[in-house]
Amino acid sequence: MSEIQNYTAPRTLEEAADVLRAGNVTIFAGGTDVMPQMKTGKLKLQPTLMNIRHIPELRGITQAGGTVRIGALTTMTELLNSELVRERFNALWQACDHFASDQLRNAGTIGGNICNASPAGDTLVPLLVLDANVVLTGKPNGAVTTRTMALKDFFVAPGRTRREASELLIAVEMPLPPADSISEFFKFGTRPALDISTIAIGLAALREGKTLRDVRIAFGSVAPTPIRAPQTEAAIEGKPLDDATIETAVAAAARDIHPISDVRASDWYRRELIHNILQRMLVHVRDR
Amino acid sequence: MSVTVDIKFKLNGVERRATVPAQMSALDMLRDRVGLTGTKYACGEGECGACTISVDGQTVNSCLMFAADCDGRDLVTIEGLVTSPLGESLRKNFTKYGAVQCGFCTPGLMMQASHLLKTHPHADRDQIKRGIEGNLCRCTGYKKIVDAIADADIDAA
Repeated sequence: MSEIQNYTAPRTLEEAADVLRAGNVTIFAGGTDVMPQMKTGKLKLQPTLMNIRHIPELRGITQAGGTVRIGALTTMTELLNSELVRERFNALWQACDHFASDQLRNAGTIGGNICNASPAGDTLVPLLVLDANVVLTGKPNGAVTTRTMALKDFFVAPGRTRREASELLIAVEMPLPPADSISEFFKFGTRPALDISTIAIGLAALREGKTLRDVRIAFGSVAPTPIRAPQTEAAIEGKPLDDATIETAVAAAARDIHPISDVRASDWYRRELIHNILQRMLVHVRDR
Repeated sequence: MSVTVDIKFKLNGVERRATVPAQMSALDMLRDRVGLTGTKYACGEGECGACTISVDGQTVNSCLMFAADCDGRDLVTIEGLVTSPLGESLRKNFTKYGAVQCGFCTPGLMMQASHLLKTHPHADRDQIKRGIEGNLCRCTGYKKIVDAIADADIDAA
């Protein structure tokens, strides 16, 4: 374990940006990823440890016009208790409901789940299908600047994102889906609680009779990062959701994914799961 | 040596101060600095719930919480819980129903049970099972634990 030379808990976003600008910072909020990764040596601590929990700008779920903004410090429990999330972002609510345990939902934050960038991160698949953007703030040249990036462009590799070392992820923003839209999430694991997903599937679309439009599908734990599934989406987009379309879609899904074999499942089993569970989800959407 | 942090927090209703290494967990601080060993260390990675404490009214795994992050917060451990009517009711029930064998998971389970009953006073058995899903018991098979929580005196919550 490397030595921490400086601990800081800034009270404003600007102070945090100054700390980041000085460089060599490990950021934490809930600590549920940083602490175990620090103990196992997976995470090499930087000389400065920054606690971002006291920055009020990172809190709250707000709606302005057609956009919903979720502050980076929002915990899984807060998302579960949000009426707005439950009613309009079902896939995200479902993912939070299947997230670890009560103790971890009380501590873990959405910003942390995103920045940890696990291919199995529970909220990432729903956020991808809900067209989420991440909001990043930094002070690289002495002035506070903020940029927004589509979440689908944010992940680079397991544990790696396009966040610059001088930046802080302050929020995630999503367009408020029309009332007639659907969003679904399914996580497969061996037990209901505290499980890292073997595979996860997110699905969002606008429903027009038996046809789905603006189809968004994402998969977790089947590639180095959570991914959108463009071939699967194209197979469903604007077509009547009949058996033939569903068959084409699950065949396309096999081309969108690149699973590996690890302790949780083999490559073959993950492919089987994606095929069978995506099929089940699509049938469920069609027959509802 | 790593840098230390001066913190001030409330522990079981009493204001306290501590100086802790920046990388220390809240669990290590409670056990090794404060000397309250009711909160248990087991897995050290948030899988088992033996180290469950309440922070600002929410239960967390203290093994995953930085001690430095306790600054300004309100902590309750099993030592504080048992002085409350709900804690006493849970303690009696865990004994009455035989929900304790080795006892190592018991403090964490009682902390989590009290949080569950405060937020869901009329929790049914399924809600109780769901509420304690982050707590492992390797002895009892959970039935007696659920019995003990289901019969707790919710007026005490």
